[in-house]
Amino acid sequence: MSVATDTAAAPHTAHHGEPTGLWSWITTVDHKRIGVMYFLTSVFFLLVGGLEALLIRIQLFKPENDFISAELYNQLFTMHGTTMIFLVAMPMAVAFFNYVVPLQIGARDVAFPRLNALSYWIYLFGGLYLNASWFVGAAPNTSWVGYANLTSTQFSPGLNVDFWVLGLSILGVSSIMGGVNFITTIINLRAPGMKLMRMPLFTWMTFVTSFLLITALPVIAVALIMLAFDRFFSANFFNVAAGGDPVLWQHLFWIFGHPEVYILVLPAFGVISDVIPAFSRKPLFGYPVVVYAGVLIGFIGWGVWSHHMFTSGLGPIADSFFVATTMIIAIPTGVKIFNWMATMWGGAIRFTTAMNFAIGLVALFTVGGLSGVMHASAPVDLQQHDSYFVVAHFHYVIVGGILLGMFSGLYYWFPKVTGRYMSEKLGAWHFWSTLIGFNLTFFPMHFSGMFGMPRRTWTYQSELGVEFYNQLSTIGGFMLGVSTLIMLYNVIKSARSGAPAGSNPWGAPTLEWSIPSPPHHYNFPSLPEVRSREPMWHDAEREAIEAVTLAEPESEPVMPGPSFWPIVVASGVTATWALVMTGVWWVPLIGLAYTTFGVFMWAFEDPFKHLKSSH
Amino acid sequence: MKSLRTLLGTWVVALLTASCTFDREAHPQSSIHPTSDFASVIHELYVDIFWWTLGILVVVWVALAYILVRFRARPDQPVPKQVHGHMGLEIGWTVAPALIVVAIAIPTIQAVFSTQQGDPENALVVDVIGHQYWWEFRYPDSGLVTANEVHIPVNRPVSFRISSADVIHSFWVPMLGGKRDANPVRLRPEGEDPEYNWIHLTASEAGTFWGQCAEFCGASHSLMGFRVVVESDQEFAAWQAELAEPVTAPMTAPVDTTEAGEAAQAPVQTAQIDPLVEQGREIFHSQTCVACHAIAGTNAQGEIAPNLTLLGQRSSIAAGWLENTPENLVQWITAPQDVKPGALMPGVNVPGGNWPATNLSEEQVRAVAAYLFSLR
Repeated sequence: MSVATDTAAAPHTAHHGEPTGLWSWITTVDHKRIGVMYFLTSVFFLLVGGLEALLIRIQLFKPENDFISAELYNQLFTMHGTTMIFLVAMPMAVAFFNYVVPLQIGARDVAFPRLNALSYWIYLFGGLYLNASWFVGAAPNTSWVGYANLTSTQFSPGLNVDFWVLGLSILGVSSIMGGVNFITTIINLRAPGMKLMRMPLFTWMTFVTSFLLITALPVIAVALIMLAFDRFFSANFFNVAAGGDPVLWQHLFWIFGHPEVYILVLPAFGVISDVIPAFSRKPLFGYPVVVYAGVLIGFIGWGVWSHHMFTSGLGPIADSFFVATTMIIAIPTGVKIFNWMATMWGGAIRFTTAMNFAIGLVALFTVGGLSGVMHASAPVDLQQHDSYFVVAHFHYVIVGGILLGMFSGLYYWFPKVTGRYMSEKLGAWHFWSTLIGFNLTFFPMHFSGMFGMPRRTWTYQSELGVEFYNQLSTIGGFMLGVSTLIMLYNVIKSARSGAPAGSNPWGAPTLEWSIPSPPHHYNFPSLPEVRSREPMWHDAEREAIEAVTLAEPESEPVMPGPSFWPIVVASGVTATWALVMTGVWWVPLIGLAYTTFGVFMWAFEDPFKHLKSSH
Repeated sequence: MKSLRTLLGTWVVALLTASCTFDREAHPQSSIHPTSDFASVIHELYVDIFWWTLGILVVVWVALAYILVRFRARPDQPVPKQVHGHMGLEIGWTVAPALIVVAIAIPTIQAVFSTQQGDPENALVVDVIGHQYWWEFRYPDSGLVTANEVHIPVNRPVSFRISSADVIHSFWVPMLGGKRDANPVRLRPEGEDPEYNWIHLTASEAGTFWGQCAEFCGASHSLMGFRVVVESDQEFAAWQAELAEPVTAPMTAPVDTTEAGEAAQAPVQTAQIDPLVEQGREIFHSQTCVACHAIAGTNAQGEIAPNLTLLGQRSSIAAGWLENTPENLVQWITAPQDVKPGALMPGVNVPGGNWPATNLSEEQVRAVAAYLFSLR
C-alpha cells in the first residue's frame, strides 16, 4: 500500500484538522508523529543509558572502589552499550529519517505508513522488554558484543543473556522494516524533478543507511538465532566441546557490527551535510563526491569487520587484508571532512547552535577517525584493543560524531516540527557544556588505556597509575549529564514558548523549508516541481514551489487513516520472542497465533474507512 | 572541604607534572614502555602513526579555525559566491590521504608478518591457559606447572602458546607487547591439530611485569591479573629446579599473622618446624583442597585450580589482585567470593563451584595460610 497522491477522490470538506489526544498518537500512521515519538523515546533511553554511564563513572572514580558490585557493574556497562547503540543512536537517526526524509523529497508520507508505525511500536516494546530485565535483577551482563562462549548456558545460566538475545532479536525486526520502508520511499515517492542527484544529502545518507540496515541486521539476526538455539534447544554452534566455534560468533557479530558503525554515523554525516551549507549560505562543496564517498563507505564498510578481531588470531594474511581495507575506508571519510570545510570556505558562516554542533562534529569526529587509523594498524591494535584507548576512540566517533550530529539536527529541524525556534541562549549552554564535558570525559581515557587499563573492568588497582585520568573522566561525565538536562529543558521550554518560526527560518535551501512550520499532516497540498539541488535559493524556483506548497488546498489530500493494528502486531512480535524464554518449543506459538491474528485484522482493515465514517 | 582541596591540589600537581607522570615506575602496565622485541616493534609503529595522525589533526584544526574566523558572516554581507566544487581539489585531498595511508600500511604489514614469525622449535615454549579467573602456565619441556606468576629468561626467545580452559580470555602484558586471545580449544576432527594462538617474544630486560586479562570473561574479569618475572638464565634455571623439587618441609615461616609484615621480610635463619605450619599441612592435605589444587611432591595433584607449588614465593595471590601476605591468604581462604565474585573455590561458610563450604575454624584457616605461605 502506498500513500494516495490523488486529491480528486477527497471529500469536499477541506480541513478535517488533525485529531488530537493520546489515542490519536497510539493509532497514528503519520510519519511526522512517528518521528516525534521515535525522538522522544530515544531521548528517554538516552537518559537511562546516561544514568548507567554515571553509575559506572562513580564506581571508577577511585581504585578498588566497591560503590557497586562487580555483578551489577557488568550489567550496567552491558546495558549502557546495548542501550546507547540499539535504543538511542539508531532510533534517534530513524526519528530524523521519519520526520525529514518525506519532507525533503516532496512526499506526503513514507511508502508504508502502517509498517512505519509497526517499526516504532516494536522498537518501543523491544526496548521496554530489554529493560524489564532490571526489574527481575537479571539485566544482560556479557557486554554489548556478547562474545560466545561466555553467553552459553554453561557459563551464563541466568536469564540475563536470554533477555539480551531475545531483546536484540525483537529490535532487529524493527530496523529491517524501517530500512525497507525508507528505500521504497526514496525510490518511489520523490516529487517531480527530484532526481537522485538532486536529493539533499540527509536523504542520500538515509538511503545508503537503509541498505545497510536491510543487509546487516539479518546477519546479527542469524547469529542471535544460533545463540538462541544453543541456549534454549541445546544446539552446539558455539560449543567447543562439540566442535563448535566461538570465534564464529565474532565474525558474525562484526559482519553486522561494522556496517552498524556506518548505520550510526552516516545519518549524522547527512545531517551536517545539510546544516553546513545552510549556515554557510553556500551549496555543499563537491556534492557528487560527498554522495559517492558515502556510498563507498557503505560498500567498503562490509570488508573491514575483522579489524575488531586482530587479537583473535586470524594469521598474518587475514590481518593484512583487513589492515588494508580499514585504512582505505579512512580515505572517503577524510574526503568528506575536507568537503565540509571547503563548503564553509568563502561562505558567510552563521554560528547558530545547529551549526556549532556541526562544526563540533567536524573537529571531534576527526580525532576519533584518526585514532581509528591507529587501530587499523594491526600490531598497534594488539596493544590498544579492549583497552580504554579504544573506549576513548569509539566515544569520539559515537558521541563526538553521531550524537553531536543528532543535536545539530535537533536544533536545525526543531522549528519545522514545532513552528518555534529552540532557545539559542540555552543552546549555547548546551553546546559548550557538551563540548567541554565530552572532551573531559573521553580524552583522558586515551591515557588510562595506554597505561594498561582494560575496558569492561569493574575496578582497577591503584598501582596502575590511572586514578587521575579516571577522576577527570568521571567529572566530565557528570558535566555531560548536566548538558543533557539543559538540552531537555531547552526542548520542553522552546516547544511551549519558543520564538515563532516561519516556513524557512534559517533561509535553508532544501524542500522541507518550503512548507509551513509545523507542516500540515498531508505535508504538501499538491506536489511541487523541483529543478535544482537548492530549490529555495533560486528565486524563480522558490516562488514557483511556494505557490504550490504554501497554498490552501481546495480539498484536503487523502491520507491513510489511523490504525490500532500495528500496535497489536508489535505486541505480538514482542510476546512471541519473549515467550521463547520459557524454553518450551510450543509456547512461543501462542504469541505467533496472536501476531497472525493481528496481521489478518490489519490486512482486512480499510485504510480509508475514516473518510467514509465521517459522512 | 579539606578533602576537596587535597583532591584539587593533587590534580594541579598531576597536571603540572603530566609529562613526567609518563614514567615507567608509576605505570607497571604501560603499553608505551616496551621491554621486548615484540613490544618495541609495536611501539615504533605506534609512534610513527602517532606523528602522522597528529600532523593531519593539526592541519584540519588549523584550517578549520582559520575558516571559522575568516568566513564568519558579517552584517550586510552579500550572498557569497556559489561554488559547487573543484575537481583538482577533490583529487588532491583524495590522493594525499591515500599516500599517507600507504606510508602507514607498509610498515604495518611488515610488522604484522614479522611479529607473527616465531621459532617454537628453538624457543622456550610456555603454555598459557586462561581460566575463569586465573592463569595457568605450563612448561611442556620440563613438565613444570605454575599459576598467576610465570617466569621466563631474559634475552632468550619465548613462545607463549595460548588457550583457554573455559571462555575466551586475552593474554596481555603491555610492557612485553600486544595481547592475544586465549580461545578455548575446539574439538577437532581426528588427525587435525588443535589451533592455538601464539605470542613470540624475547624480553630485553629483567624485572617483574604486570599483565591482565583483556577480554571480558565474566563476573571477575577485572580481577584476573598475573605477573611475568623476567630473570637471568641462571635465576630461571634455579627457579625451575626449585619448582621441580620443591621444599615441602619448610624450615621456618612467618607464623604469627599479626606480625606477618615484618616476619615476611625477616631473613630465614633457623631451621625449625613450626607447629602452625604443620597443622596447616595436615588440614590442607586431608581436606578437599587437594581435589583441585596441586603442590608438587605431595598428594595434592588437582588440576582444576591454581597450582600452589612455591606459592610463598609469589608476589601476589588471587590472580594478581592481593599482595601475597598471610593476612591476605586468610582473607582469601575464608571468603574467596568476597575478593573475587564468581570464584569456584569454597569459603569457610559459603560453597563454591561444586564444593560445599569448608567449615574451617579461624585457627585452621590461619594454619592453612601459614602452611601455604611457607611454600617458598
